[in-house]
Amino acid sequence: MIKRFTLMLLLAGLGAIFAGLIQNYVADEELNLTAAYYAAHTAEDIGAANIVTAIIVTYRGLDTLGEVTVLFLTAAIIGLVLSQGNRQQQQPQRKLPPAGELLVTGTRLLLPLILLFGAYVFTHGHLTPGGGFQGGAIIASAMLLLLLSNPMKRFSHRLITVVESASGLAFVIIGLLGIAWAGGFLDNRILPIGTFGELFSAGAIPIIYAFVGLKVGAEFSSMLVSLSETEDL
Amino acid sequence: MLATIAMTTGFLLILIGLYGALSNRNILRMIVAFTVANTGVNLVLVAVGYMNGRTAPILNDAVAAGEAISRIIDPVPQALVLTAIVIGVGITALMLAYTYKLYQTRGSLDIAKHTELKW
Amino acid sequence: MTLSIGMGLLLSVAMVVSAIMATRGKRSLGISILAAGLASLLASVMFLLLAAPDVAMTEAAIGSGLTTFLFFFVLGRVRRGEHD
Repeated sequence: MIKRFTLMLLLAGLGAIFAGLIQNYVADEELNLTAAYYAAHTAEDIGAANIVTAIIVTYRGLDTLGEVTVLFLTAAIIGLVLSQGNRQQQQPQRKLPPAGELLVTGTRLLLPLILLFGAYVFTHGHLTPGGGFQGGAIIASAMLLLLLSNPMKRFSHRLITVVESASGLAFVIIGLLGIAWAGGFLDNRILPIGTFGELFSAGAIPIIYAFVGLKVGAEFSSMLVSLSETEDL
Repeated sequence: MLATIAMTTGFLLILIGLYGALSNRNILRMIVAFTVANTGVNLVLVAVGYMNGRTAPILNDAVAAGEAISRIIDPVPQALVLTAIVIGVGITALMLAYTYKLYQTRGSLDIAKHTELKW
Repeated sequence: MTLSIGMGLLLSVAMVVSAIMATRGKRSLGISILAAGLASLLASVMFLLLAAPDVAMTEAAIGSGLTTFLFFFVLGRVRRGEHD
């Protein structure tokens, strides 16, 4: 009882703080300094139509490197935590009913389309909404469909790891090339900026985002595969 | 107006999620509540960047590069929230993996049964 | 303008309702997880109204899709613990 009362008190206090924040909130009329700089300079400096992509890949590219590192660590820890128990007992799994005809055929039809759409999303990240993270999630959803249609299938962890580390390495190497040939780490101007609004424009952004997409897709797939390969308890 | 609505919803989701995380004893339910609160935080952050009568930060035929400053909304919170969503799903997956491990040791999801670190 | 405000209000009410469904302890855990996924999906529509298409896509693909499936993978493994 006293626990519930303390909880309610805490929530009421937080609610009062939030209400004060909403009451005193005044929406900006102008962009602030940072945002105005990004809005004014993205088109000529970076050459990307999507300003959010320009911020994520180039202006704050170092943060994105940190982000994919965090994701990599997460996937690695999940693999480590979940793989320990699986060694002793190999195949006493209960028999699962086979997946339905509809799901199997549908998977065969949809899988290439989903992969193609994922690749489209992460190569067009600098022109349209979307990019490496969204495209990676779409690729992981193709993996999910495979897992659903054949739950007993064992994926090659080695392949996932190779794709993941190779694209991570390529991401860092492109970043280092930016120090050598252009303004700094992850500078996209190691390739010509090109015509604004075309697919092969914005320097190295499509290439970097493709590697980010592959890396994120491999990481999410590794999480899904690790969680689905656990045993029934 | 729209920003205020979204911000209020976001704060409500944070409160609901916090209530769920503190009042439930089942670990999986606590994680579900955390994801609800996570959604609320993202909603508040995006709402702060919104400005009335402006459009998305993508330059195309509708928004020429020259007049971008007066036509687009703040892109910085959006980039931040994009990162936050991706990290959020990583944290959720990590919590779920540890939940599975905890269930393996005790055969129960009740947080009160896991007393090793209780003081 | 009024249309988007009306849609925003509607989405807001739907999100709060599904969040309450997700966190209340009475319903089964499967319904809770689905309700949290629904709140996330509605949030992605809200992001679209707030002129943030990038965030909307990310939330729909990652926050709503992948998270729900991760939950169900674990829920399928710990079936007996559902009512603890």
